[in-house]
Amino acid sequence: MEFSEVIRHVGSTFPEAVVSQDEGTHYLQIVPEQWRDVALHLRDDSKLRFDALMCLTGFDKGPGQSLGVIYSLHSMEHDHKLEVRIEVARDGGAVPSAAHVWRTADWHEREAYDMFGITFTDHPDHRRMLLPDDWIGHPLRKDYETPDDYRGIPVPKDKRGWE
Amino acid sequence: MDISLANRFSQDNVLVGKLDQLINWARSGSPWFFQFGLACCAIEMIAAAQPRYDLERFGIMPRATPRQADVMIVSGTVTLKMATRIKRLYEQMPNPKYVVSMGSCANSGGPYWQYGYHVVKGVDLVIPVDVYVPGCPPRPEALQEGLLHLRKKIREETPLRKIG
Repeated sequence: MEFSEVIRHVGSTFPEAVVSQDEGTHYLQIVPEQWRDVALHLRDDSKLRFDALMCLTGFDKGPGQSLGVIYSLHSMEHDHKLEVRIEVARDGGAVPSAAHVWRTADWHEREAYDMFGITFTDHPDHRRMLLPDDWIGHPLRKDYETPDDYRGIPVPKDKRGWE
Repeated sequence: MDISLANRFSQDNVLVGKLDQLINWARSGSPWFFQFGLACCAIEMIAAAQPRYDLERFGIMPRATPRQADVMIVSGTVTLKMATRIKRLYEQMPNPKYVVSMGSCANSGGPYWQYGYHVVKGVDLVIPVDVYVPGCPPRPEALQEGLLHLRKKIREETPLRKIG
């Protein structure tokens, strides 16, 4: 199925879900509130059958702006691809978890939470993935500032004399 | 050693020397290292322990528990998360214990020496280091040389006169 047909299919089923779309990069931005229904539809509809979540990316648009997630989907059956973008508010925004739809999303969403602080509602195991549990902050946010130490281990930032 | 003293006492099964020397000889002859790897340096450490480079001819062999190990080879990037565990493992090793810092990452942070929120800029910020082996990663020969330097260091110790 061509990208334009996928867009049309999703648009006709969920007319209020689509925020924006782009033919060039094959992305489709949808509102977070409808994501759970859209995800199930993308996976289970016989014409779409996006059965593989290839990749999950988190992104930060900068201080004061929104955070977001990109779900990269692929259909083994029809061999077509789609990028679904969801943007949420920096403070208090939440994305419905897709871990119940694609198991791959479980760890990837945990990593996106770990690095960007994006909350996923109804996630089966909403903990940090890579960093220690007592870490403060989310390091891939653009306004993140490296702390001076972690559990007494210094993180020197001043390298004068080295350069 | 006083030769005449040695001559006076040397019979068929008698050796004369300082107890320090005997202890150092025993210690330096079998510095078993703690077998764990952190990053790509671990591959070179594994290669060094294999027959081609054969660390066992120096009596150096890997042990899988800190309680049986004398030397900790910090082979790779030490993240802040791992640093807390390295410290705990170091504390579990019995005395006398030695640390070899292997590769640029463990020496100074390596490619992460300036930026990066997650890497310890040198494992010597966490535990005391005896020998630094430079390289990214060091070849097995370099690790061997480092361990031979450590052996030399052990032989120059005076364990009986150690204060504290």
